[in-house]
Amino acid sequence: MKKIYVNEQWCLACHLCEYYCAYANSGLSDMVQALKDKPLHPRIQVEQRGTVSFAVNCRHCSEPLCLKSCIAGAITEKDGLIVIDQDKCVGCYSCIMACPYGALMPSESGVMQKCELCATNSHGLPVCVQGCPNQAIVYEER
Amino acid sequence: MGINYLYPDFEVVRNQDRCISCRVCERQCANEVHSFDEATGRMKADESKCVNCHRCVSLCPTRALKIVKTDHTFKENANWKGEVIQDIYRQAESGGVLLASMGTPKDYPVYWDKMLVNASQVTNPSIDPLREPMETRTYLGQKESVIKRDANGKIITKTAPQLKLEIPIMFSAMSYGSISYNAHKSLALAAQELGIYYNTGEGGLHEDFYQYGKNTIVQVASGRFGVHPGYLNAGAAIEIKMGQGAKPGIGGHLPGSKIGEDISKTRMIPLHSDAISPAPHHDIYSIEDLRQLVFALKEATAYTKPIIVKVAAVHNISAIASGIARSGADIIAIDGFRGGTGAAPARTRDNVGIPIELALASVDERLRQEGIRGNVSLVVGGSIRSSSDVLKAIALGADAVYVATSALIALGCHLCRTCHSGKCNWGIATQNPELVKRLNPEVGSERLVNLITAWNHELKEMMGGMGINSIEALRGNRLMLRGIGLHETELNILGIKHAGA
Amino acid sequence: MQYVIIGNSITSVGCIESIRKHDTTGAITVIGEENHPIYARPLISYLLQGKTDEQKMTYRDEGFYQKHGVQVLTGRRVEKIEVEGQLLRLDDGSSMQYDKLLIATGSIPFIPPMKNLEEVEHRHTFLSLSDAKELEAELQPSSRVLIIGAGLIGLKCAEGILERVQSVTVVDLADRILSSILDEEGSARVQTHLEQIGIRFHLGDSVREFCGQEALLTSGKVVGFDILVLAVGVKPNIALAKDAGLAVNKGILIDQACRTSNPHIWAGGDCSEGWELLSGERRNLALLPNAYMQGETAGYSMAENEQRFENAIAMNAIGFFGLHIITAGIYQGEDLCFATEKGYKRLFIKDDHLVGCILIGDQVARGGIYTNLIRSRTDLRTLDFAMISEQPALMAFAQKVRSEQLGRAQ
Repeated sequence: MKKIYVNEQWCLACHLCEYYCAYANSGLSDMVQALKDKPLHPRIQVEQRGTVSFAVNCRHCSEPLCLKSCIAGAITEKDGLIVIDQDKCVGCYSCIMACPYGALMPSESGVMQKCELCATNSHGLPVCVQGCPNQAIVYEER
Repeated sequence: MGINYLYPDFEVVRNQDRCISCRVCERQCANEVHSFDEATGRMKADESKCVNCHRCVSLCPTRALKIVKTDHTFKENANWKGEVIQDIYRQAESGGVLLASMGTPKDYPVYWDKMLVNASQVTNPSIDPLREPMETRTYLGQKESVIKRDANGKIITKTAPQLKLEIPIMFSAMSYGSISYNAHKSLALAAQELGIYYNTGEGGLHEDFYQYGKNTIVQVASGRFGVHPGYLNAGAAIEIKMGQGAKPGIGGHLPGSKIGEDISKTRMIPLHSDAISPAPHHDIYSIEDLRQLVFALKEATAYTKPIIVKVAAVHNISAIASGIARSGADIIAIDGFRGGTGAAPARTRDNVGIPIELALASVDERLRQEGIRGNVSLVVGGSIRSSSDVLKAIALGADAVYVATSALIALGCHLCRTCHSGKCNWGIATQNPELVKRLNPEVGSERLVNLITAWNHELKEMMGGMGINSIEALRGNRLMLRGIGLHETELNILGIKHAGA
Repeated sequence: MQYVIIGNSITSVGCIESIRKHDTTGAITVIGEENHPIYARPLISYLLQGKTDEQKMTYRDEGFYQKHGVQVLTGRRVEKIEVEGQLLRLDDGSSMQYDKLLIATGSIPFIPPMKNLEEVEHRHTFLSLSDAKELEAELQPSSRVLIIGAGLIGLKCAEGILERVQSVTVVDLADRILSSILDEEGSARVQTHLEQIGIRFHLGDSVREFCGQEALLTSGKVVGFDILVLAVGVKPNIALAKDAGLAVNKGILIDQACRTSNPHIWAGGDCSEGWELLSGERRNLALLPNAYMQGETAGYSMAENEQRFENAIAMNAIGFFGLHIITAGIYQGEDLCFATEKGYKRLFIKDDHLVGCILIGDQVARGGIYTNLIRSRTDLRTLDFAMISEQPALMAFAQKVRSEQLGRAQ
């Protein structure tokens, strides 16, 4: 299955992936409308220290600890894609406790959110990858 | 402070309705033009630092930015233009030589744009390159002018060493130092994939790139930086750099600030020492001297590699080329005065040398007249901007062309012409690791491959239109060109008729 | 092959899902006492709070059993396990043969003796969905609720009902709240938060006796109430296993493959006692992730694709009125404390390994990075501990490790 992988060497810490992510999951068709003067809630986050930087998002693990820890049964797997049903999520933070990558975080509404490879929004293909200027994140089979 | 004689050249126009303050412009500008104003929560800009490289414009996710030329003006006239006045202010302040980068921006005639290409109609058929074979492969090197047979009457097929080009385009010399590691790697990867060559320039060859040797031309310049037996044997050909179109008569300069560990090692010079190539080769004061170096290099490589001699297009270029063709060199590369550079004195760049179109036409003609055209292949460079420039160069007599500026533009260069600052925001003309990182060679090489592949498609399309199915059949075929808006002398030098004639 | 699972719970789901990864044909039967689709018990407080409803709180989709070819008997209780004949006796007098049996009977409330307790009319436990519904049916805006127990269950109950009643008072014998998962500073911070929101506490105190609608405390205080919730704790439900002669301690003893002392019987979840990573001893870890993973491990083993679950640790994620808490591991060794206005963090380090953590408030973000350090027994000398102790980040790992984490298929 195609997933997002990080080529740390090429990350420029431009943070565009975060903005494209927040836009893609806003449900709005206009980026300005989606993001202007609003707090950002991206599902991918850039870690940065000195000259090292890289983006972190859900790894879509084959043994997903978040799924196994979810008390609401809100996290499910379909063909390798780990998705969260925000309607079922009660915001207990068990997934945050479990994820070794720190890849889940509360959404604006308080329930959890995670990268779903843009498979569950209207974009279809990961927008962070499309927006990365240097192929520091790629969407491919490995 | 005090009196500021210079007003910024550009204005940064930000559409605040579209700006989402993502600060990507701020993070990506090495010139520190953009900043976030905590007080207003808005982005602001210091346009005095802007070089108009478009990095911010290209990365802005909401297209909130554009850079416009300032309409601030001097009270200029046809003689005292604004830029002339500005140069004087600059020199009055610094007392120094004005430095500049890339090719000359001056308004000299571009002859490529004054030549038109022929096409077949009725009396000879044009060829559809999508349906019929079309050959753009070519070989560079000495060609036998007579057929030789052995004692048994069999034709001797052994030839002098050749460079095989799948497309008659090569990436011309740009040294590791003047451009970044990643820019070099992009060129090397692309040359390998395209079946062409890239050129190390005068800075030696980084050890990581020996693996691309089959597609590498190694250069030997007056500074002899990074030259050793392994280096000479690493490439497919050796180029002796006598001159460069952007700065004929002077050698390359790389300031010590750019000589980091890797470059120092590759160039075989001390860390942070200025790398200043002598203006001439001090062992070459004549064609005979040149011949010695040509054969020294042939000896060093067991006569397996063609030797290229690269010269700048200057006034008596045809006589010089005639000499080189007799020196034992296999290929002559001529660099026109519009060629680029990482750094050159502005006056030299803008005033020395001649256009490549005229140089090429006169050299090809001279070598033919002297019956020595087959001694050498001709490669020309100095602002080849498109496939039609390539086509016209070949019709004027070139075997292949060198491109560099076009390749850099493909890599993201926006011709801001501040390479000499070392702060290239596109990761090309810089040695700052944080900036170098911005050019991922995977991305870069793909863009180069795309560009050259696209040009090759266009070449085939135009050749087909002329009813020519082999690039070799186009070479020196000046009947395929007509001049437009040129006077008699120019037409004579170019060896073409005027359109309509 | 006849797989039988006693208990219709998270452990059962883990077991079913892993059996079906390897055995798509064997018959699976689940016998569950409760008459509800599978739900996770920790959700009941969220139900009362209105953050979920009965339909949303089902743990798996409606078609789960059908998709996995599982036969379910709900509302049925197993009375006896006859290990000799591999037979189950059910409460309706029927019996059922098994080849492989999983016991996932969970836990039951633990109720300490209190004088006149049985005379309290509105008396509840808070463990199952039925408990929650029964409690909910009695809640009135005027209700004064007394909760015995300031642990996870008692406080989640308090959170669930606070806005629907007049008052909530919590009594606990311990002198601080959540004493099983927090240190003193943590307890104090959470208590302050809960008190600000309106919950009253009587700590280090207990009910001496009930007198009608009043509880007389050991300290001499008197607390009036309308509804009593008993949330002192739970204990593993091991009656069946003990009866069948399986090795038990507090819980049913299992190995790393979740097998009991009987080769045909496995156990997992709150009723079991499996190996805990940090102590090297068997512990009853009544936690949801553990329940799933033990069920899963048992299922793999039952389907003869044995895998071992060797890194079980105590882990809790819990929150009250927006203040979130993540804790994990054991609180031993050296410790590092970080306190901010909105949060608190304490890390426990033993022999160059992280063994425990307490994260509260603004310190919980990316807490899984810490729990993973604990579970994976990562040698802290292989990473930048100063950096990671400040903030959980992948940046602290060696570049090579990180390229595995982010660049390799997981």
